[in-house]
Amino acid sequence: MPETATQTGVRELTFGEAIREALAEEMRRDSRVCIIGEDVAEAGTPFKVLSGLVEEFGKERVIDTPISEPGFTGIGVGAAMTGLRPVVDIMFGDFLTLIMDQIVNQAAKIHYMSGGTWKVPMVLRTTMGATRRSAAQHSQSLHAWPSHIPGLKVILPSTPYDAKGLLKTAIRDDNPVIFFEDKMMYRLKGPVPSEEYTIPLGVADVKRSGTDITLVATSSMVQVAFGAAKMLDEIGISAEIVDPRTMWPLDEKTLIESAKKTSRVIVIDEGYQRYGVTAEIASVIAEGAFYDLDGPVKRIGAMHVPIPFSPPLEDATVPSEKQVFEAARQLCGKS
Amino acid sequence: MTTAAQRTGTTTALSKEQLLRMYRRMFSIREFEEHANDLYLRALMPGLTHLYEGEEAVAVGICEALRPDDYITSTHRGHGHCLAKGAKPDRMFAELLGKEAGYCRGKGGSMHIADPATGNLGANAIVGGSAAIATGAAFSAKKLGNGRICVCFFGEGALGQGVLYEAMNMAQLWKLPVVYACENNMYNEYTHYSETTAGEIMARPAAFGIPAETVDGQDVRAVNATASRLVDRARSGAGPSFLLCNTYRYRGHHVGDINREYYRAKQEEQKWSSERDPINILGEWLIQQKLADLAQLEKIQTEVKAEMNAAVEFAIAAPYPTVDEAEQDVYA
Repeated sequence: MPETATQTGVRELTFGEAIREALAEEMRRDSRVCIIGEDVAEAGTPFKVLSGLVEEFGKERVIDTPISEPGFTGIGVGAAMTGLRPVVDIMFGDFLTLIMDQIVNQAAKIHYMSGGTWKVPMVLRTTMGATRRSAAQHSQSLHAWPSHIPGLKVILPSTPYDAKGLLKTAIRDDNPVIFFEDKMMYRLKGPVPSEEYTIPLGVADVKRSGTDITLVATSSMVQVAFGAAKMLDEIGISAEIVDPRTMWPLDEKTLIESAKKTSRVIVIDEGYQRYGVTAEIASVIAEGAFYDLDGPVKRIGAMHVPIPFSPPLEDATVPSEKQVFEAARQLCGKS
Repeated sequence: MTTAAQRTGTTTALSKEQLLRMYRRMFSIREFEEHANDLYLRALMPGLTHLYEGEEAVAVGICEALRPDDYITSTHRGHGHCLAKGAKPDRMFAELLGKEAGYCRGKGGSMHIADPATGNLGANAIVGGSAAIATGAAFSAKKLGNGRICVCFFGEGALGQGVLYEAMNMAQLWKLPVVYACENNMYNEYTHYSETTAGEIMARPAAFGIPAETVDGQDVRAVNATASRLVDRARSGAGPSFLLCNTYRYRGHHVGDINREYYRAKQEEQKWSSERDPINILGEWLIQQKLADLAQLEKIQTEVKAEMNAAVEFAIAAPYPTVDEAEQDVYA
């Protein structure tokens, strides 16, 4: 459901187009917004998400950098403190390893350490998601890392509609925001209103209403949950799908309410299961809905291995519709 | 107009007022640090702090060349930079003691003093941690066309950090108004820099085509003369520069680093403080040039001592933040 717009004038856009449109609208609205990153200008990134932006906004605002992730992320931090609103592009989420000092020790803490006097209104867009046959250093989903850090906000959109509305809000936010895009979803199509709208951070979305089990799913796992829900329908299990949309702030209330309603929960996320966001979400639900649950909160995340290259191996590491279906069937006691 | 003497970086066209201000500021930093050490020894200060004594001419000479709205980034050894850029000693002492009246409401401490009112983007406890932030401030100054420049203070220890070179590369590519001020106090914590630094320091900026100069960091007039040219250059749009200031850290890496014989000789320390003290060098020159007499300098010292005593008393008497402050300012 759109929060601030009517549904007239709805078009089908891809996930990538929705992101580009959000950036273009915010750059038109606010001259302080600029894009910094590797191959963001004429190349429009390897995923072509930014194609056309340099033509409209020029090289002064769509700025190609050397291959220096810590350097240009830190430049984004300093620029954000002093009057710009940079959108930093980190091509692969795996490169978070390179910029952890800039986002964790610098961006996340500057407002707090300065007693609330400096602000870092910066968005860092990056990618996640396996099955692109890119092997262990270009396939990870590392969104649990920034979600662990006070001072950062973390967004994982699952639809073109959410991607656009959440990115616009992120750009207007006065805090450092990490925005994870599943690179396998860039061509996913969905309805996006032509009217302006934004989506507040910290508001989960019930993507499908159901009565027997709650599937909490993030990013591309929402599609997996939909596939599993269809299979569950056929054996008489009605699944509700809840997308938290933001890892922090986390809409604990909606998650707990859905768990209380259905009494059974599976949390599905493409990050590593161990110590991952599924652990936090499952814990929030277990604590908040304990007396209404009919069974333990189940978690399904990526297999605890570096992402392998070979297609049958890689596919086996990512949560699948069948895996979710089987777990749901068992939890509901259906044979 | 730049004179030939200014170009050599040996003399300045400073007014008497500026010279006396620099004297006062250097002496203020010295007194501040003496009090900080004393607060540590009296167990009134939580944690540790890193003292700037001996290096005062670097911060004061450079900041004298800046406008109030210019930016600086500082380091874990940052009290001198913050004071030289205009921070008030009472609120700084309050921060060192973790009090609510401190610059960071007691949440940053000695290594994180920041102050938008004086363009201080913050001291930084990660060595080299402010290199990219300073460059980012210069990036926005250029994009916004506000005429500001940024000075990035760092010690020679930061020469070991890769992000410094990434930032310098982009600063030169994009001709950003930033001055990289390298304070070579000769010791990376407890290790002489010659053991950690291959090749020549000045070859590093040269590799990026960044103009670089070396200056006697104990001579505040020389620091100021050279810094003024580099600041003017940055403001004119000509791009970044690198200023190597050779200086000396009188005290240990931090206040608890008292027995230092295993990494440097006492005679070396005594030689620097007796022969190369930046406050004495300026004071003697002022008297020799008849720009001040001993009585005037002593009057400045008396005033500064009174100011610092009052600032310390203010900080000791100031209340701690209430516990709910811990959850404030996590998000803007």
